[in-house]
Amino acid sequence: MSASIADPHSTAGSPGSPAQPLIEGPSGRGRLVLRRFLRHRLSVIGLACVVALYALAFLGPLLTPWGYAEQDPTAYLSPPSAQHWFGTTQIGEDVFAQTLRGLQKSLTIGLLVGIISTSIAAVVGTTAGYFGGWVDRALMWVVDLLLVIPSFLIIAILSPAFRGKTWLILVVLLAAFSWMITARIVRGLTLSLREREFVLAARFTGVPPWRIIARHIMPNMASILIIDATITVGTAILTETGLSYFGFGVQPPDVSLGTLIANGTNSALTFPWLFLFSGGLLVLTVLSVNSVGDGLRDALDPTSARGSRRRSGD
Amino acid sequence: MTGFLARRLANYVLLCLAATFLAFALGSLTFSPLGQLQGRNPAPPASVIAAKRAELHLDEPIPARFVAWMGGVVHGDFGSTITGQPITDELGARAGVSLRLFALGTVLGIAGGVLVGVASAIRQYRLSDYAATLFSFLGLSTPVFLIGILLKFGGLRLNEAAGTTVLYYTGEFSPGFQGGWWAALVDRMSHLVLPTLAIALVQIAFYSRYQRSAMLDVLGSDFLRTAQAKGLTRRRALFKHGLRTALIPMATLFAFGFGLLITGGVFIERIFGWYGMGDWFVYGVQQNDTNIVATVTLFVAVLVLFSGWLSDVLYAALDPRIRL
Repeated sequence: MSASIADPHSTAGSPGSPAQPLIEGPSGRGRLVLRRFLRHRLSVIGLACVVALYALAFLGPLLTPWGYAEQDPTAYLSPPSAQHWFGTTQIGEDVFAQTLRGLQKSLTIGLLVGIISTSIAAVVGTTAGYFGGWVDRALMWVVDLLLVIPSFLIIAILSPAFRGKTWLILVVLLAAFSWMITARIVRGLTLSLREREFVLAARFTGVPPWRIIARHIMPNMASILIIDATITVGTAILTETGLSYFGFGVQPPDVSLGTLIANGTNSALTFPWLFLFSGGLLVLTVLSVNSVGDGLRDALDPTSARGSRRRSGD
Repeated sequence: MTGFLARRLANYVLLCLAATFLAFALGSLTFSPLGQLQGRNPAPPASVIAAKRAELHLDEPIPARFVAWMGGVVHGDFGSTITGQPITDELGARAGVSLRLFALGTVLGIAGGVLVGVASAIRQYRLSDYAATLFSFLGLSTPVFLIGILLKFGGLRLNEAAGTTVLYYTGEFSPGFQGGWWAALVDRMSHLVLPTLAIALVQIAFYSRYQRSAMLDVLGSDFLRTAQAKGLTRRRALFKHGLRTALIPMATLFAFGFGLLITGGVFIERIFGWYGMGDWFVYGVQQNDTNIVATVTLFVAVLVLFSGWLSDVLYAALDPRIRL
């Protein structure tokens, strides 16, 4: 964990960085963050749940003898039993196997979208903030434009284009329309960072702009980016399942939790196991990802005004 | 000041145009409006397809089609659907349905969110605070469509338990309803409960979390202690001095919350069978109808920008420092 979290002053290797005195080494901050995170019991539970869900999604299929496409002609629409843990569908497919397959896809999509969209936000935000002028105005206008239409609508319009094609296109689209708000925050942080002494020093010693952004500005907002990537994973899963629910997202033969819920709701009144398990796992996934994000925020960014425990002493 | 407002308005109009063009262009590129006609069995003669092609102006470049459509919009004519119905006829009713849902959802959501947030901040670390936090966590982690479905089943169970139909979950009024205006009002209200609740729950979850932390910041501030030291009762200090300050960040959040509301509205209208704009949008995509999709996008863009403007106004009303 400590390796992934950049120290805010770890620019020490470059010539223009400030000689900020560090009381402890880089591992000191890592340990501090870890301790703060562990203090959040709910977030630790959330992290355990996320790990467990990934394990379930990718190792779970080994536990059941049924494949996701396999049909059991002896059990149509049977309720959960020892043989079919989550019951079976109209044509005798095992709901447990299907749910795990949907969970796999939803988790993978969420993770990929979180990483890609935060990267886009970091690049666009720092570029706009660092260069300023017309670059800034043009990029922020694009941000405004994309914020005017909810991303859900744009991806739904584009859905006929990727019908029957790979789900990776959906990942790219989801990432392409979910970076805007973070980019604004990153831009604001860059505006203040670029006036700091270590950035000025780097600039005056002739470090090219792209290097300054990559080596001096981005490491200083690493914690914000990590928090944001986590939260984007949650929202991406929600958007993806929503789109899939309408048939605008993951396309057959792929399944996601959204398509499973959509298939299950038609007859859910009499056969609730068709959608209850996928729905429950979906809520559990997003809930645990969000609580990890919350704990990370409090651990990495204690200055953010979120009404955390600091106030209790007042 | 006037120049600033004029520039701002011009930018809004430009953003609306660009957003609508984006939707129109993407729709024109990805939709295949002739697909249904071509897929018929027996296949229709080539002349029929050519006639439909000409009717939909498919041979013209997309910008030219957009300019032609936009020219109509300026005069209040939103074009026609693929099947030839004028969009303008349906627009008013559908926009009304959606606006009612959005307005009720926003008002209930903000009022409920502020109440829950303030209450849990004042009673921090009590049982009610934990319950409210759990509720908002759950609300924000559950997709709107799942909330809608669960409420629908809850309503059904309630009806079964009550023996009559207490809550309706399909449509916004009973078809073929006969009765006086009072009975009609009751009928409409009982159709309204579940969809509005579904929308409002998410909004309450969203706003209450931020309201709680904003209120906690205010509770620890010096000016509140001063107000109490001057002799104000705690209640008066909290509500006259504290709440007003704690509401300021909510004004900015309002613009974001509204985006959430619109996406949620699409699901809710679809699940509860309301013929609103969101339902129309899904229909438009399924029918490969560019005009419907562009119309709904324009509607959404106007609403989003209006909510942004409204959030600025609220900010100015709450925070005297930024008044010009």
